Amino acid sequence: MNRRKFFKLAGISAAGLTEKLITSADAAGIPSTKQFIGVLNDTTKCIGCRNCEKACSEVNGMQVPDIENDNALEKERVTDEKQLSVVNKYKTDKGTVYIKRQCMHCWQPACAAACLTNALHKTEEGPIIWRSDKCMGCRYCMVSCPFDIPKFEYQSWNPRILKCDMCWKRIQQGAIPACVEACPSEALMFGLKKDLMEIARTRIYKHPKDYVSHVYGEYEVGGASWLYLSSVPFEQLGFRTDLGNTPYPEYTKEFLYAVPAIILILPPLLYGLHHITEPEDSEKK
Amino acid sequence: MEITAKKGIKFIISELKPRGELFTPFNIITIPIIALGLIIVAYRFVNGLGSVTNQSQIFAWGLWKGFNVVTGVAFAAGAYIVTFMVYVLRIKKYHSIVKATVLNGFLSYVFYAGALILDLGRPWNIINPIIGNSFGFNSVLFLVAWHFMLYIIAQFVEFSPTIAEWLERKKAKKFLQSLTLGAVVFGITLSLLHQSGLGALFMMAKSKIHPLWYSEFLPILFLASSVPAGLSMVILEGTISRRVFKDLYPKHSSKHLYEEIVFGLAKGAALSLFIYYFFKAIIFIHGRHWSHITDMWGVWYFIEVFGFVLLPCIMYANGYKNRSIGLIRLASLITIVGIMLNRLNISVISFYWNNPNHYYPSWQEYIVALMVISIQIWVFRWVVTRMPVFKESHH
Repeated sequence: MNRRKFFKLAGISAAGLTEKLITSADAAGIPSTKQFIGVLNDTTKCIGCRNCEKACSEVNGMQVPDIENDNALEKERVTDEKQLSVVNKYKTDKGTVYIKRQCMHCWQPACAAACLTNALHKTEEGPIIWRSDKCMGCRYCMVSCPFDIPKFEYQSWNPRILKCDMCWKRIQQGAIPACVEACPSEALMFGLKKDLMEIARTRIYKHPKDYVSHVYGEYEVGGASWLYLSSVPFEQLGFRTDLGNTPYPEYTKEFLYAVPAIILILPPLLYGLHHITEPEDSEKK
Repeated sequence: MEITAKKGIKFIISELKPRGELFTPFNIITIPIIALGLIIVAYRFVNGLGSVTNQSQIFAWGLWKGFNVVTGVAFAAGAYIVTFMVYVLRIKKYHSIVKATVLNGFLSYVFYAGALILDLGRPWNIINPIIGNSFGFNSVLFLVAWHFMLYIIAQFVEFSPTIAEWLERKKAKKFLQSLTLGAVVFGITLSLLHQSGLGALFMMAKSKIHPLWYSEFLPILFLASSVPAGLSMVILEGTISRRVFKDLYPKHSSKHLYEEIVFGLAKGAALSLFIYYFFKAIIFIHGRHWSHITDMWGVWYFIEVFGFVLLPCIMYANGYKNRSIGLIRLASLITIVGIMLNRLNISVISFYWNNPNHYYPSWQEYIVALMVISIQIWVFRWVVTRMPVFKESHH
């Protein structure tokens, strides 16, 4: 992957921060220590045009929504196997807010921890991708994902798990995610998570009246690559704010850690019991 | 060599022919279910899971996983408990039921864990976590899948002397018997881990399962409840087998001895149910769940805990004390229903309890679930009418 090109392109969307991004990336010697990439969604800038939806469907070879005429904003939607990213409209006391939903690309993803074949894979750069040659279609990822993101093709004999992969192929070729590129209002910004967090915090600090003091995705379920800034509390915008900050794999970690211990301890114990209960005057039959 | 091969094939063909009447009530009910089930399964592999099931993007696991796999495996727990008593603790009393219990456990795993394959979207990739090109070590399901597979092998080894006896291979039987203790020790270890592992599967569904059923102690609850589930199934299976297959039991088989076994199992079931109830109570109080019991879910929770855990516990204890076989059998039935309720409550019923489009299984899902059980019983019947399962084997 051509990193320099990638960061240059990343910089285009990050407008004024281009220089900073490139220098910090180079100084940190990115190729050896990979920083997670992500997207910052400043929902105060989103105009609800749904060009991101259109670009997403085009890139993923799905049916492209007719964003001019389909009135899809009228009701709240979720992503599905036919559309990996959707924009919803919310009426709030600070006016209309648009929220784009897609995979959050968690730092410690439940889906990848659940996957028994490593089909869902957290890349070193951050995007979580799905690999068709590994997946056996058990759908444990869907049960585990706190955001209900992985979707399954129930109507196919050869079903796939579908979810946003942050345009992983494009990223590898040095491009930026299609939705970010398509965004006309700079509501979406692509870059390293640490840099995006700086931008997000700076905006909250500089404009405390325009933002709630919370970046959704900074710590939620251990932190995510997709970050949201908002003018109203996130629970008013269809976000789950009750998920906690514990990375989801932590919930099964203790159990899994106990497994080798039990495998080592139990058999000798059982053999011991077998010998202890042996009658003194045992005769071989 | 050729003669023995020919003989062997002839023998197998002759043994595959059904014995006994074809038009028994059981056959009349199960044959259409199996036939219809197979058609549904074939249809599903052509047109996708959505063509026959009501599973959805939100309710990704339905009846086949929630009932056949998660519940069925709990009922197969009898095998690890009885082999523990007979081979590790050397309690001779239970020796006469060990073969039937292990067979039942083995078939349960083959069919119920096998039902998992019906539910896999891409079953041809099931080989991936086995051959090692993709080991998902972080996954509880990886552990459960491996344990299912290894435990099926262990149980086959435990049962294999009976097959050798059937085929009149004395040397082979002796050799296979020498493997039993190893298989039992290995099998118990695996059982403890995957019985609890089935509970651990739902740990990451924390935000989706009703707080009355979700607990960080789910693995312990699943393990604890697998004991009464397994024991109750042994009691129920024995009750039915002794009635249906009464000709297959040795003539001198003492009713008194068998009842002693049932009383012993009932005592164990009462005790284990009480421990399970105790865990449930502690989790309820410790988790400060009082605020959740004001609505219908609270009522439903208490029906499960009082009606299907505490009540059969008391019935078992009374049945043991007053030596009432009838009460014990009823208790075993109630316990079995209770375990089903519990597993389905966690995996299906209270899963996204507040979702208006809640999942209800389609009729095709019910038929296939019943088909899996029916085929298992057919195979069980085939084996016990041919192999010396109910007879005490001679050493």
